[in-house]
Amino acid sequence: MEEDFKVIDNYLMIRMPAEIDHHKSVDISSRADRYIVSKQVGNVVFDFERTTFMDSSGVGIILGRYRKIACFGGKVYAVNAGSRIRRLLLLSGMENIVEIMD
Amino acid sequence: MIEILEKRDYRQITNEMHLEFAAVSANEAFARMAVSAFIAPLNPTIEELSDVKTAVSEAVTNAILHGYENRGCVTDRVQMNCTLKNDVLEVEIIDRGIGMADVGRAMEPLFTTRPEWERSGMGFAFMEAFMDDLEVVSEPEQGTIVRMYKKLGLTAWIGNEE
Repeated sequence: MEEDFKVIDNYLMIRMPAEIDHHKSVDISSRADRYIVSKQVGNVVFDFERTTFMDSSGVGIILGRYRKIACFGGKVYAVNAGSRIRRLLLLSGMENIVEIMD
Repeated sequence: MIEILEKRDYRQITNEMHLEFAAVSANEAFARMAVSAFIAPLNPTIEELSDVKTAVSEAVTNAILHGYENRGCVTDRVQMNCTLKNDVLEVEIIDRGIGMADVGRAMEPLFTTRPEWERSGMGFAFMEAFMDDLEVVSEPEQGTIVRMYKKLGLTAWIGNEE
Protein backbone atom coordinates (compact mmCIF):
# COMPACT_ATOMS: atom_id res chain seq x y z
CA MET A 1 0.00 0.00 0.00
CA GLU A 2 2.82 2.44 0.94
CA GLU A 3 4.36 2.13 -2.55
CA ASP A 4 1.06 3.38 -4.02
CA PHE A 5 1.89 6.85 -2.68
CA LYS A 6 4.84 8.67 -4.22
CA VAL A 7 5.98 12.26 -4.02
CA ILE A 8 7.61 13.62 -7.18
CA ASP A 9 8.58 17.28 -6.91
CA ASN A 10 5.43 19.13 -5.90
CA TYR A 11 3.09 16.27 -6.87
CA LEU A 12 1.63 13.46 -4.78
CA MET A 13 1.03 10.48 -7.09
CA ILE A 14 -1.59 7.98 -5.86
CA ARG A 15 -2.04 4.61 -7.55
CA MET A 16 -5.72 3.89 -6.94
CA PRO A 17 -6.78 0.31 -6.05
CA ALA A 18 -8.79 -2.06 -8.28
CA GLU A 19 -12.01 -1.35 -6.41
CA ILE A 20 -12.78 2.04 -4.88
CA ASP A 21 -15.70 2.10 -2.45
CA HIS A 22 -16.35 3.75 0.91
CA HIS A 23 -14.52 0.95 2.77
CA LYS A 24 -11.31 1.65 0.80
CA SER A 25 -11.76 5.40 0.53
CA VAL A 26 -11.35 6.12 4.25
CA ASP A 27 -7.81 4.76 4.23
CA ILE A 28 -6.81 6.38 0.92
CA SER A 29 -8.03 9.81 2.06
CA SER A 30 -6.28 9.71 5.42
CA ARG A 31 -2.97 8.51 3.91
CA ALA A 32 -3.17 11.17 1.20
CA ASP A 33 -3.77 13.87 3.79
CA ARG A 34 -0.75 12.75 5.83
CA TYR A 35 1.44 13.10 2.70
CA ILE A 36 -0.09 16.47 1.82
CA VAL A 37 0.71 17.82 5.29
CA SER A 38 4.07 16.13 5.99
CA LYS A 39 5.62 16.55 2.51
CA GLN A 40 3.95 19.89 1.79
CA VAL A 41 2.87 18.82 -1.71
CA GLY A 42 0.80 21.27 -3.74
CA ASN A 43 -0.85 18.97 -6.30
CA VAL A 44 -2.36 15.47 -6.30
CA VAL A 45 -2.43 13.02 -9.23
CA PHE A 46 -4.84 10.07 -9.07
CA ASP A 47 -3.81 7.14 -11.27
CA PHE A 48 -6.77 4.90 -12.19
CA GLU A 49 -4.82 2.38 -14.27
CA ARG A 50 -5.72 -0.58 -12.03
CA THR A 51 -9.25 0.58 -11.21
CA THR A 52 -12.11 -1.60 -12.43
CA PHE A 53 -14.80 -0.41 -10.00
CA MET A 54 -15.58 2.95 -8.47
CA ASP A 55 -18.66 4.44 -6.81
CA SER A 56 -19.34 7.94 -5.50
CA SER A 57 -16.76 7.40 -2.73
CA GLY A 58 -14.06 7.86 -5.39
CA VAL A 59 -15.55 11.24 -6.27
CA GLY A 60 -15.49 12.06 -2.54
CA ILE A 61 -11.76 11.26 -2.31
CA ILE A 62 -10.93 13.62 -5.18
CA LEU A 63 -13.24 16.37 -3.93
CA GLY A 64 -11.86 16.12 -0.38
CA ARG A 65 -8.22 16.38 -1.52
CA TYR A 66 -9.11 19.24 -3.85
CA ARG A 67 -10.56 21.17 -0.90
CA LYS A 68 -7.36 20.56 1.10
CA ILE A 69 -5.02 21.94 -1.57
CA ALA A 70 -7.10 24.36 -3.68
CA CYS A 71 -6.77 27.20 -1.17
CA PHE A 72 -2.96 27.07 -1.70
CA GLY A 73 -3.38 27.09 -5.47
CA GLY A 74 -2.99 23.31 -5.86
CA LYS A 75 -4.64 21.18 -8.52
CA VAL A 76 -5.96 17.62 -8.78
CA TYR A 77 -5.45 15.43 -11.84
CA ALA A 78 -6.85 12.07 -12.99
CA VAL A 79 -4.69 9.88 -15.23
CA ASN A 80 -5.46 6.56 -16.96
CA ALA A 81 -9.17 7.02 -16.28
CA GLY A 82 -11.26 4.65 -18.40
CA SER A 83 -14.60 5.61 -19.92
CA ARG A 84 -16.52 4.44 -16.85
CA ILE A 85 -14.53 6.60 -14.43
CA ARG A 86 -14.72 9.59 -16.78
CA ARG A 87 -18.49 9.18 -16.90
CA LEU A 88 -18.73 9.07 -13.09
CA LEU A 89 -16.59 12.22 -12.82
CA LEU A 90 -18.66 14.09 -15.42
CA LEU A 91 -21.96 12.98 -13.84
CA SER A 92 -20.72 14.45 -10.55
CA GLY A 93 -19.86 17.79 -12.19
CA MET A 94 -16.14 17.30 -11.51
CA GLU A 95 -14.94 18.60 -14.88
CA ASN A 96 -14.06 22.01 -13.39
CA ILE A 97 -12.32 20.50 -10.37
CA VAL A 98 -10.21 17.65 -11.66
CA GLU A 99 -8.15 17.78 -14.83
CA ILE A 100 -8.60 14.50 -16.71
CA MET A 101 -5.40 13.72 -18.60
CA ASP A 102 -4.85 11.11 -21.33
CA MET B 1 -40.99 -8.55 6.31
CA ILE B 2 -42.12 -12.18 6.04
CA GLU B 3 -45.76 -11.15 5.47
CA ILE B 4 -44.67 -8.89 2.59
CA LEU B 5 -42.90 -11.82 0.92
CA GLU B 6 -45.86 -14.17 1.32
CA LYS B 7 -48.18 -11.72 -0.41
CA ARG B 8 -45.98 -11.68 -3.53
CA ASP B 9 -47.32 -12.90 -6.83
CA TYR B 10 -44.83 -15.65 -7.66
CA ARG B 11 -46.30 -16.34 -11.11
CA GLN B 12 -44.14 -13.53 -12.56
CA ILE B 13 -40.95 -14.30 -10.66
CA THR B 14 -38.21 -16.39 -12.29
CA ASN B 15 -35.56 -16.20 -9.55
CA GLU B 16 -35.15 -14.71 -6.12
CA MET B 17 -32.59 -14.36 -3.33
CA HIS B 18 -32.48 -12.80 0.12
CA LEU B 19 -29.35 -11.83 1.99
CA GLU B 20 -28.81 -10.34 5.39
CA PHE B 21 -25.42 -9.05 6.47
CA ALA B 22 -23.86 -6.96 9.23
CA ALA B 23 -23.78 -3.21 8.61
CA VAL B 24 -19.98 -3.01 8.40
CA SER B 25 -18.18 -1.38 5.48
CA ALA B 26 -16.35 -4.57 4.37
CA ASN B 27 -19.77 -5.86 3.27
CA GLU B 28 -20.11 -3.15 0.59
CA ALA B 29 -17.87 -5.27 -1.65
CA PHE B 30 -19.66 -8.47 -0.60
CA ALA B 31 -23.08 -7.05 -1.61
CA ARG B 32 -21.78 -6.00 -5.07
CA MET B 33 -20.24 -9.42 -5.68
CA ALA B 34 -23.41 -11.20 -4.57
CA VAL B 35 -25.62 -9.20 -6.91
CA SER B 36 -23.24 -9.71 -9.85
CA ALA B 37 -23.19 -13.46 -9.25
CA PHE B 38 -27.00 -13.48 -9.05
CA ILE B 39 -27.49 -11.76 -12.42
CA ALA B 40 -24.59 -13.50 -14.22
CA PRO B 41 -26.85 -16.21 -15.82
CA LEU B 42 -28.69 -13.44 -17.72
CA ASN B 43 -25.49 -12.52 -19.57
CA PRO B 44 -25.60 -8.83 -18.71
CA THR B 45 -23.23 -6.54 -20.61
CA ILE B 46 -20.16 -5.26 -18.76
CA GLU B 47 -21.81 -1.82 -18.71
CA GLU B 48 -24.98 -3.22 -17.11
CA LEU B 49 -22.97 -5.18 -14.56
CA SER B 50 -21.03 -2.03 -13.59
CA ASP B 51 -24.27 -0.04 -13.39
CA VAL B 52 -25.89 -2.54 -11.00
CA LYS B 53 -22.73 -2.88 -8.89
CA THR B 54 -22.39 0.89 -8.56
CA ALA B 55 -26.06 1.36 -7.60
CA VAL B 56 -25.94 -1.47 -5.02
CA SER B 57 -22.69 -0.12 -3.60
CA GLU B 58 -24.29 3.32 -3.17
CA ALA B 59 -27.42 1.96 -1.48
CA VAL B 60 -25.52 -0.36 0.87
CA THR B 61 -23.05 2.41 1.77
CA ASN B 62 -25.98 4.72 2.57
CA ALA B 63 -27.53 2.06 4.82
CA ILE B 64 -24.26 1.53 6.72
CA LEU B 65 -23.11 5.16 6.94
CA HIS B 66 -26.37 7.06 7.24
CA GLY B 67 -29.02 4.50 8.27
CA TYR B 68 -26.81 3.04 10.98
CA GLU B 69 -24.73 6.23 11.47
CA ASN B 70 -21.44 4.48 10.70
CA ARG B 71 -21.49 2.67 14.06
CA GLY B 72 -19.88 -0.46 12.59
CA CYS B 73 -21.98 -2.61 14.92
CA VAL B 74 -22.33 -6.24 13.73
CA THR B 75 -25.78 -6.61 15.20
CA ASP B 76 -27.06 -3.85 12.85
CA ARG B 77 -28.28 -5.62 9.75
CA VAL B 78 -28.73 -4.71 6.09
CA GLN B 79 -31.04 -6.82 3.97
CA MET B 80 -30.66 -7.24 0.24
CA ASN B 81 -33.51 -8.84 -1.69
CA CYS B 82 -33.03 -9.54 -5.39
CA THR B 83 -35.86 -10.65 -7.64
CA LEU B 84 -35.84 -11.48 -11.33
CA LYS B 85 -38.96 -11.16 -13.42
CA ASN B 86 -37.62 -12.58 -16.67
CA ASP B 87 -34.93 -10.05 -17.60
CA VAL B 88 -35.90 -7.34 -15.12
CA LEU B 89 -33.93 -7.16 -11.89
CA GLU B 90 -35.45 -5.70 -8.75
CA VAL B 91 -33.04 -5.00 -5.86
CA GLU B 92 -34.19 -3.92 -2.43
CA ILE B 93 -31.73 -2.64 0.17
CA ILE B 94 -33.36 -2.39 3.58
CA ASP B 95 -32.05 -1.03 6.87
CA ARG B 96 -33.72 -0.59 10.25
CA GLY B 97 -31.69 2.50 11.06
CA ILE B 98 -32.55 6.14 11.71
CA GLY B 99 -34.52 6.73 8.49
CA MET B 100 -35.16 10.10 6.87
CA ALA B 101 -37.94 12.65 7.34
CA ASP B 102 -37.40 14.29 3.94
CA VAL B 103 -36.54 11.73 1.25
CA GLY B 104 -36.85 14.28 -1.57
CA ARG B 105 -34.18 16.50 -0.05
CA ALA B 106 -31.84 13.54 0.60
CA MET B 107 -32.09 12.60 -3.07
CA GLU B 108 -30.96 16.01 -4.37
CA PRO B 109 -27.51 15.79 -5.97
CA LEU B 110 -24.70 17.08 -3.69
CA PHE B 111 -27.00 17.16 -0.65
CA THR B 112 -25.38 15.58 2.40
CA THR B 113 -26.22 15.49 6.09
CA ARG B 114 -22.55 14.81 6.88
CA PRO B 115 -20.29 17.34 5.13
CA GLU B 116 -17.48 16.47 7.58
CA TRP B 117 -17.21 12.97 6.04
CA GLU B 118 -16.04 14.52 2.75
CA ARG B 119 -18.26 12.38 0.62
CA SER B 120 -19.63 13.53 -2.70
CA GLY B 121 -23.38 13.65 -2.01
CA MET B 122 -23.89 11.77 -5.28
CA GLY B 123 -25.21 8.46 -3.91
CA PHE B 124 -28.86 8.74 -4.92
CA ALA B 125 -27.95 10.56 -8.15
CA PHE B 126 -25.78 7.58 -9.19
CA MET B 127 -28.54 5.10 -8.30
CA GLU B 128 -30.93 7.12 -10.47
CA ALA B 129 -28.46 7.42 -13.33
CA PHE B 130 -27.48 3.76 -13.47
CA MET B 131 -30.79 2.01 -12.83
CA ASP B 132 -34.03 2.26 -14.83
CA ASP B 133 -36.20 3.09 -11.83
CA LEU B 134 -35.69 3.99 -8.16
CA GLU B 135 -38.11 4.17 -5.22
CA VAL B 136 -37.19 5.21 -1.70
CA VAL B 137 -39.44 4.68 1.30
CA SER B 138 -38.24 5.95 4.67
CA GLU B 139 -39.62 6.66 8.10
CA PRO B 140 -37.65 8.42 10.89
CA GLU B 141 -36.48 5.91 13.55
CA GLN B 142 -37.90 3.01 11.47
CA GLY B 143 -35.46 2.65 8.61
CA THR B 144 -35.23 2.93 4.85
CA ILE B 145 -36.12 0.78 1.84
CA VAL B 146 -34.38 1.53 -1.46
CA ARG B 147 -35.94 -0.33 -4.38
CA MET B 148 -34.30 -0.27 -7.80
CA TYR B 149 -35.16 -1.84 -11.14
CA LYS B 150 -33.11 -2.58 -14.24
CA LYS B 151 -33.72 -4.49 -17.45
CA LEU B 152 -30.72 -6.67 -18.27
CA GLY B 153 -29.04 -8.43 -21.14
CA LEU B 154 -30.35 -9.58 -24.47
CA THR B 155 -31.64 -13.03 -23.49
CA ALA B 156 -35.35 -12.27 -23.60
CA TRP B 157 -35.02 -10.22 -26.77
CA ILE B 158 -33.24 -13.08 -28.56
CA GLY B 159 -35.93 -15.47 -27.25
CA ASN B 160 -38.65 -13.34 -28.83
CA GLU B 161 -36.82 -13.24 -32.17
CA GLU B 162 -36.90 -17.02 -32.39
